[in-house]
Amino acid sequence: MVTSILLVGVGGQGTILASNVLAKGLVEAGYDVKMSEVHGMAQRGGSVTTQIRFGDKVYAPTIGLGEADVLVAFELMEALRYIEYLKPDGKVIVNNLEIPSAPILAGRVDYPEGILEELQSKADTIVIDAVKIAKELGNERAMNIVLFGALSKILNLDDIDWESVISSTVKHQYVDLNIKAYRAGRNILKEQYA
Amino acid sequence: MKKLMTGNEAVARGAYEAGISFASAYPGTPSTEILENIAQYKDIVAEWAPNEKVALETAIGASIAGARALASMKMVGVNVAADPLLTYAYMGVNGALILVSADDPGMASSQNEQDNRYYAKFAKIAMLEPSDSQECKDMIKAAVKISERFDTSILFRMTQRVCHSKSLVELGERGEVPIKEYVRNNPKYDAMPAYSRALRIKLEDRLAKLEEFSNETDLNFIEWNDRKIGIITSGVAYQYAKEVFGDKASYLKLGFTYPLPMKKIEYFASQVETLYVIEELEPYLEEQIKAHGIKCIGKEKLPNIGELSTTIIAKNLLGIEKETIKPSKDKVVGRPPTLCAGCPHRGFFYELGKFKNVLMAGDIGCYGLGGSDPLKGKDTCICMGGSAGTAHGAKKAFERFNKDMKTVAIMGDSTFFHTGINGLIGILYNKSNVVTCILDNRTTGMTGHQDHPGTGYTLSGETTNEIDIETVVRALGCNYVKTINPHNLKEVRETLKWALELDEPSVIITRYPCALKKYSEQDLKEFGPLKDKYYVDKELCIGCKRCTGTGCPAIRFNKEEKKASIEEFQCVGCSVCAQVCPKNAIIKKEV
Repeated sequence: MVTSILLVGVGGQGTILASNVLAKGLVEAGYDVKMSEVHGMAQRGGSVTTQIRFGDKVYAPTIGLGEADVLVAFELMEALRYIEYLKPDGKVIVNNLEIPSAPILAGRVDYPEGILEELQSKADTIVIDAVKIAKELGNERAMNIVLFGALSKILNLDDIDWESVISSTVKHQYVDLNIKAYRAGRNILKEQYA
Repeated sequence: MKKLMTGNEAVARGAYEAGISFASAYPGTPSTEILENIAQYKDIVAEWAPNEKVALETAIGASIAGARALASMKMVGVNVAADPLLTYAYMGVNGALILVSADDPGMASSQNEQDNRYYAKFAKIAMLEPSDSQECKDMIKAAVKISERFDTSILFRMTQRVCHSKSLVELGERGEVPIKEYVRNNPKYDAMPAYSRALRIKLEDRLAKLEEFSNETDLNFIEWNDRKIGIITSGVAYQYAKEVFGDKASYLKLGFTYPLPMKKIEYFASQVETLYVIEELEPYLEEQIKAHGIKCIGKEKLPNIGELSTTIIAKNLLGIEKETIKPSKDKVVGRPPTLCAGCPHRGFFYELGKFKNVLMAGDIGCYGLGGSDPLKGKDTCICMGGSAGTAHGAKKAFERFNKDMKTVAIMGDSTFFHTGINGLIGILYNKSNVVTCILDNRTTGMTGHQDHPGTGYTLSGETTNEIDIETVVRALGCNYVKTINPHNLKEVRETLKWALELDEPSVIITRYPCALKKYSEQDLKEFGPLKDKYYVDKELCIGCKRCTGTGCPAIRFNKEEKKASIEEFQCVGCSVCAQVCPKNAIIKKEV
């Protein structure tokens, strides 16, 4: 069996780091893993995705429509943009954050309203205020690992020592911050959805 | 030990294990990380070249000298390098010569989606196509052997998904290979017509031998399952086909795709009821298979446009569509890439975009984004280094027909050294009244900060002679040259006005580091760190949206309050928004 995780966000939000932590843990646990990233132009504030698939044997490095088990969205509108990739019974973890895109900044359109409500009405959705949590921990950039913490809880792969994976992946000076962010992400899920 | 690697990392590892000693490239998505990773292996001399043609020529030089050599580039880079490619193809090699072409189906970061497999057929050289990272590593090693055994250049053709997807790779050791003896051999290495005519005949003999090899090699292998459906496939399409059909089909997986193994294909086709050819982009395999008189189904069912996927294959060949959740389309606004907060190009385009009756010829790089809303500083963009030539030709045409139009060429620093300089030479030589703007952000920005001849550092991080753009431009004979700070809007505006009013060619160099660049010591000395933060004084803000008109992604506008605000963690203190604010409501934070 193959599990597919789709991480989406805006270039610069740290989706790739979160994916690297996930992939590293999965490889150490002995899974076959494939992962696809977007590089180049799209990274400049555009819509970005990272796709991770793992299991006994994985062929395609990409996820087809209606195939993702979990969609982790670092931004609200991005969750909706990629919702077609989610299995109808899959889970959404969404960061409660709006980042206006260029057409919105230019004043041509407004940031759409009611995204969260639509997500919640159409899919099993977990909302996380990752920016607020990360800010409280001292650095808003750690929101990616807060979201990763929540994802790790959902995946329920408790034989993997995620904290040691995080310690060996992020830069030395950010280990403490990211461990705290990871725990916060896991705990939120425990509290809200226990 | 198995390691999770991208295809690009695996190619670098393969080059190391295969005893390659020289590698050169010009950065370009999706190929860039190949050379960056090769540079980690100290046994390989690895260099950035100013452009792809030079990259291939230097690799060819190393091959002639007797070393195993590699050049890598994105697919459009092969167009630039096509001249040496097609002639060295005649000569064969001394040390192995591998050209890695990284194609971009779907154009994630490219101006077209040409299928470079046709280059192997065009140049008449052997081609290999990996489908995952393990194959990337193994096939580089195979390619080196084939190159030296059959005396041929190799086209190593990858695609974006193979380059940038990670899968597990078993690592091996480096086989150190001594340099081959070099002996002067004009009939082989000197492309004078008389020699080339003889080489031309040898080229056909070599292809015949390569086709025999293609039929024998395990790089082209058959997996027998159910024989109702047979699938011929190559590259990442193989992985997609396996995902969709599993063991419900038999496969002929092609890793050596020029010349094609026609005997093997014939045999495979004879054993299956329905034959599909599953390939990404053009019907490269299908055309040759059909020309051989073999019936198959390919592009009548599968698109030749864009990236292939399991979804497309399942739908078009099996009629299977998975159930999906449909979003309300009105709730999803586009999110095109934009210039970053603090990008030094923003100030330049903010001012340039206001000029009327100017044709703005852009180029390949982050500054291509200066043409989008709300900056609008671009009319056209063709190819790397193409801006100067385009602006020049347009200006001559406008003049010939007495049209009151000015033209501006816009290129980056790395682009200037790539081939932009040639266009500028054309402007100066032909006395063309073009304003050439070189946006020098002290690095190669879009591909992720590679050094180039103007930065003072090599790929391996050594300091080197820094070629100063202004000195070069003056030496070319341009009499009107100014270097300015693009964050200073008044300076940008006045300099553009000055240049557009001249009746002679001029050059404007904007010099400020990329906002994402890790500053060198020299950058710090020259520019100091950008560390200020700006905020909006809500009392003073009148909600005029001038600041959002700069397109800075750090600025937000609250509709209810009718006030702007700045996301502090994104702001890097370039001050462009503060300069456009009519009420001085954007203020530097006291630290």
